[in-house]
This record gives sequence, C-alpha cells and structure tokens, in this order.
Amino acid sequence: MAERLVFFLCALIAISTAVGVVASRNPVRSALLLVLNFLTLAVLYFTLTAQFVGIIQVIVYAGAIMVLFLFVIMLLNLGSPEAQLPERELRRPVAWLLAIGLFIVLVSQVFLVVGAQPQPLVEAGTARTIGYAMFTRWSFPLLIVAVLLTVGVIGSILLARRRSA
Amino acid sequence: MTAVPLSAYLTLAAFLFAIGAAGVLIKRNPIVIFMCIELMLNAVNLTFLSFAMHQPSLQAQVAGHVFVLFVIGVAAAEVAVGLGIIVAIFRLRETIDVDSVNLLRE
Repeated sequence: MAERLVFFLCALIAISTAVGVVASRNPVRSALLLVLNFLTLAVLYFTLTAQFVGIIQVIVYAGAIMVLFLFVIMLLNLGSPEAQLPERELRRPVAWLLAIGLFIVLVSQVFLVVGAQPQPLVEAGTARTIGYAMFTRWSFPLLIVAVLLTVGVIGSILLARRRSA
Repeated sequence: MTAVPLSAYLTLAAFLFAIGAAGVLIKRNPIVIFMCIELMLNAVNLTFLSFAMHQPSLQAQVAGHVFVLFVIGVAAAEVAVGLGIIVAIFRLRETIDVDSVNLLRE
C-alpha cells in the first residue's frame, strides 16, 4: 500500500510540475518547476530499485544542468517582465491536439504489456554493479560518450566566445 | 505485496513525454524548449528504468541502468552546446525568439 501511495503522490507532483513548466510565462519559474519535477522523478527511480541512477539524477540534472539553465537565463536577462515572449496563439490548439494524439498512441501500446512481474533486485541499482558493467561490457559506448562530452564542451566554448578579431 | 504495476509507470512516462512535446511546439523561448526536451528525455529514462526492473536477469537490469546514465551524459552535452548556440544568437540579434531567427530561410 505504501508503494502505491508514494507512486501516486510522486506522479501527481510530476504531472503538475510538468504542466507548470509548459504553462508558465516566466522562464525562471519554468526552470524551478523543472527542478521539482526532476526531484520527484528521482524518488520514482528509488522506488524502481535504481538508487545510483536516482542520486545521479539529483546531482547531474537537478544540480548541474539546471544551474546551467538558470545561469543562461540570468545572463541574457530573460527573467525580466519586458523580456517575456508572447505565445504563438494560432498554433496552440494544433500543438495540444498533436500532444494528446501522441499520448493516446503511446498509452495504447502500454496496455499491450501485460503480465510483466516486477523482479526487484537490490544489487542491480548499486554503484558497484553499474560501474562494473559500465567498464567491462559497455566500455566502448562509455568511450563514445566521453568523446561526445569533450567535443560538446569545446564546441560550446567556441560558440559562446566573443569574437576578438 | 501490492506493487505498482508496470503500466502505471509507463502511462506516467507517456504523459510526461506528451507534455514535453506540446511544450516544444508551443513555446517561443528556446531555453524553455530545451527544458521541454529535458522533460521528454526524463520520461524516456523512466520507461527504461521501469522496464529494467521487470527483467528477469541481473545483467539485463543493469544494462537498463547503464543506458539511462548514457542518456544523462548525452543530455548534458546537448544542453552545453544548445545554450552556447543561444548565447551566440543573442549576441548577434539581441533577441532569442525562435520565430525571428530565420537566417537560413532567407
């Protein structure tokens, strides 16, 4: 019963904060609601026996990535009232219709998955097992992600650099 | 043991993904569009982890967790490059409205 209660509460907060991110006019408010959304998703990851991924979610997403977002919002002064952009009124109903259609298509596939039994293995979510798998079986994808991150950091520095010449 | 069924997690993830897609289509501020993309990536991570817990073998479960970590890494790189592009566009045009950035269309 407790698991269902935790799931229900987290799902409620996650859905309302996700709607708030899209509905809010102020980007700073969107960013803070998104932090709350990431934290509730981290709690859901804990209930799925993914402790390590949940902690990484809090550190990397709710910590590093959202600080980057807020930093750029403050840097470009987009949180001020005169910087608020109006919505595209014309495309709004079409966008919601497309989103509802996407949701219906996805949920129609969800109920094809029946009879799956949860197999909670506590050791599956620990840093020890994940680290061992990452550096043995998945070492080549890990190298590719490392190269991608390096290229991304260098590329963003080059893009945001002020032209001196 | 009244565990939460797999379909509940998948429905929640589908809803978050649809909300993120709607935000990408509606918003004009590219930073908020990036936030909606993060929302969609997190919905996919939730499906990965919920399917991972329903796998019979330990190796398959760990593979799901490792894939989620790769997705987080790629998302971090994507945000860094995207925000760099936004700062560069702001330097050039003094606005970041995605409707007014149509340099390649002219």
